Amino acid sequence: MYNGGKIIIGLAIFLGIATLPFFSNIGTAVKRPEPSLDTPVIKEVQAQLGRKDVCVEPKAFMQANHMRLLNEWRDSALRQNKRLYISSDGRKFTISLQNTCMHCHSNKKEFCDRCHNYMAVKPYCWDCHIAPKERGGQS
Amino acid sequence: MSAFVSFAAVVALVLLAILGVKGAGLTGLFGVAIPYAALAIFIVGFLARIVKWGRVPVPFRIPTTCGQQKSLPWIKQNKIENPSGTLGVLARMFLEVFFFRSLFRNLKGELREGPKIAYGSDKWLWMAGLAFHWTFLIILIRHLRFFIFNVPPAVGLVERLDSFLQIGAPLLYITDVVFLAAVLFLLIRRFYIPQVKYISLAADYFPLFLILGIGCSGVLMRYFLKVNVVGVKNLTMGLATFNPVVPQGLGTIFYVHLFLISVLFAYFPFSKLMHSGGVFLSPTRNLSNNSRIVRHINPWNYPVHVHTYEEYENDFREKMKAAGIPVEKE
Repeated sequence: MYNGGKIIIGLAIFLGIATLPFFSNIGTAVKRPEPSLDTPVIKEVQAQLGRKDVCVEPKAFMQANHMRLLNEWRDSALRQNKRLYISSDGRKFTISLQNTCMHCHSNKKEFCDRCHNYMAVKPYCWDCHIAPKERGGQS
Repeated sequence: MSAFVSFAAVVALVLLAILGVKGAGLTGLFGVAIPYAALAIFIVGFLARIVKWGRVPVPFRIPTTCGQQKSLPWIKQNKIENPSGTLGVLARMFLEVFFFRSLFRNLKGELREGPKIAYGSDKWLWMAGLAFHWTFLIILIRHLRFFIFNVPPAVGLVERLDSFLQIGAPLLYITDVVFLAAVLFLLIRRFYIPQVKYISLAADYFPLFLILGIGCSGVLMRYFLKVNVVGVKNLTMGLATFNPVVPQGLGTIFYVHLFLISVLFAYFPFSKLMHSGGVFLSPTRNLSNNSRIVRHINPWNYPVHVHTYEEYENDFREKMKAAGIPVEKE
């Protein structure tokens, strides 16, 4: 090979970039996060409705679409002053992050943050809203 | 014709992924086996192609220059456009790789009344190319959040800058919009300009349609059809740690996106996309113009027997004398 030294350095850089995901994870325990639904209010609602899936919309929908729903809720509440949400199964909810969502999901650290940290997503909810006080007096 | 074939090929690939995942349930094949195979082909193919190019000798200096060569001390040299040393070449290569300096000089010829030919600067291709390549790079960097468990702060920073308009949720990325616009421009350009259309081949259209397909499927997945992103990262982290898992309930659009990317990776070493490695090996860019300073000798020159005048005279001295031709040695 002509100019072999330079080309091999270039190829080594290429190889480093192309295999970056493989060696950057060595030694880290990779585990899929499980958001916790273990709060008193959720348990109460589950008992009341007699099923596990009690959020405003079904679990599969919420997993993929909660950010879109929250965005629609924000626009509806703040820009159109409409605070009534009727879910797909006919239940009525007040559109409010702090009083509806966080009323049940009072465990932000075990619920919101688990997946958001895993995905390295930093939603800007709490720029405006007051983050709920964690149980046990943590902020 | 070649455009239709390329478009049909990409549509067929999309349908293949949909049929394979939705119809046959081959999530393991499309989620794990094909991506691994594609990456292996990409890496081995890329290395092999570069090594193959590296074995081609470049015995002489052939840089294309467009500035004053190093000359007398009172003549100002253009050190970047006509480099005589390594530093100038590095600057030239940097500008070429990061800002497509030679494309910046793109001209457009036009036949005007007269008939008179007129040339004017045409920066659209340069701008669209720059927008396309840079957004592609940013999108690639952003995707590292799916492949690195502890996402580096730099990746987070890129992502926050990219989404700082805070439109919608999930936040709209500026690069997504610019990327699709740039790819569309590069594609339409091939249809619109007759001369470019004439020289465009399937090998030009196919990567464009494929990349457009990747961009569209990604945008559809993020903003419209929605998938469970935690499940996606579960799969990608499985790939990155050689511990593959195929989570249930990932949308078909994800597999379409992944399959198109796998095809792009596998196709890469055999295509014109290899200019990413080739640009570093282009002798018209990466050589310094020092032909008048250093004597470059062809490395495979064999010793040539030279018949000097002295030897010639020795051979014919008597005959030359007889014919009255002057000789150097009596």
